[in-house]
Amino acid sequence: MNDMTFKTVFTPPQPKILATNPAKIIAEGVDVYYGEKHAIKNLSLTIPDKAVSAFIGPSGCGKSTFLRSINRMNDTIPGCRVTGVINVDGQAIYDPSIDVVDLRARIGMVFQKPNPFPKSIFENVAYGPRIHGLAKDKTALEQIVTESLKRASLWDEVKDRLHQPGTGLSGGQQQRLCIARAIAVNPEVILMDEPCSALDPIATARIEELITELKEKFCIVIVTHSMQQAARVSDLTAFFHLGILVEAGDTDEVFTSPQEKRTHDYITGRFG
Amino acid sequence: MSDHILKAYDDDLAQLKAMLSEMGGLAEEQLNHSMEALVRRDTRLAGQVIQADEKIDAMEIAVEEKAVLTIAKRQPLARDLRNIMVAIRIASDLERIGDLAKNVAKRSHAINDTLPRRLSAGLERMGQLSQAQLKMVLDAFAADDAEKAMEVWRHDEDIDALYNSIFRELLTYMMEDPRMISACTHLLFATKNIERIGDHATNIAENIYYLVHGKPLREERPKKDKTSITPFELKQD
Repeated sequence: MNDMTFKTVFTPPQPKILATNPAKIIAEGVDVYYGEKHAIKNLSLTIPDKAVSAFIGPSGCGKSTFLRSINRMNDTIPGCRVTGVINVDGQAIYDPSIDVVDLRARIGMVFQKPNPFPKSIFENVAYGPRIHGLAKDKTALEQIVTESLKRASLWDEVKDRLHQPGTGLSGGQQQRLCIARAIAVNPEVILMDEPCSALDPIATARIEELITELKEKFCIVIVTHSMQQAARVSDLTAFFHLGILVEAGDTDEVFTSPQEKRTHDYITGRFG
Repeated sequence: MSDHILKAYDDDLAQLKAMLSEMGGLAEEQLNHSMEALVRRDTRLAGQVIQADEKIDAMEIAVEEKAVLTIAKRQPLARDLRNIMVAIRIASDLERIGDLAKNVAKRSHAINDTLPRRLSAGLERMGQLSQAQLKMVLDAFAADDAEKAMEVWRHDEDIDALYNSIFRELLTYMMEDPRMISACTHLLFATKNIERIGDHATNIAENIYYLVHGKPLREERPKKDKTSITPFELKQD
């Protein structure tokens, strides 16, 4: 196969966000296969720390696949193969010496549909810190739970019913509970796979506000189908199409003057 | 540019463009008529120009409303967004051109009664130049032609140069015969208005460049309007 076929089409001069924020995740020459299907083709991308990076693109373009490769969620899919290098803080996460459970504690994930455990609100958040042994006693655990719920902007709404089931919350609250659960283990990176697509506009705005607050502390990567959401919350935008990273750049530029015609046509609603 | 998946979005943008070309046509007509009123000393035509200005004003408001509505409904991005921003700006330039043409018409009233001699041929020429600039920039806008827009942008200095020489010419008349001062001052303002119309045409050209290329034109425009730094010298014999 000719190498040139799968070259990333356009890499503009270094995005400005990378000049101010250090690189957290560096992917180089990543290919992902599902059996015969070549889902990601020779992808290279640098993701900044303490910033929000958004992946956009039509369904089946590979954005979720790449997101899931970042915490090795694809390992669980039979026939899935990842080649190339993904470094987090300079450490190759596909190295055989890496403990995947530890890795997923460092790189948390929030899914499209809120999926709280069928347990109490408290237990949902306490679960991670407990199994990772992050709290030395009950008080420390309570501290972590309170802190995480506060950081997820959920505390005021649930502080009087911590021991009621998490599934009894509204969709937006459940999603914030899942975010609280993800940040309870003190991760470095939070991956979000369409975190607002099942939520109403107000709940969406709350999550977006939360994302903007969380980027102070974390490296956030979000896959979204909403162009406006990517434009609103992200610092860096990467556009995927047919398994190829077409364009990655500062969000401000991608949404006002994209360099690639395909990016332009997609974000302006001309194909998709 | 290929079509949007949502046809109604294309219709919105097409409508906006149609409104602007109608407005552009109107502004062109106003400029032509005001020049004709001035050159032919046609007071009746001048009156018509003054009347017709409110049509352009109303169209500017209509363009703005349409643009705001389109932003609200479609959340435009990239070139679509620039398209709408540029539409608002061009509408405001065209509205200003209308105002300036109206002002020329008003002054032609005053001049027609009092100016005894023929107007300077330079003024007529300047009117033609600005008419040509406006026409060309409107054509460039209709065709999304940034190259043509740049041509307009570069040629504005011709108008500026002519303005300079008319300025000096009128100064000389006034010095020769103080009874001419009133009419010549009106004429000077009319000339300045036409020069400003040229500037608005170049604004529109800059907007077309931005629309097409996605970045503002950063070069400094060549300028030959030196009247603001021309000292008023009385010759000592």
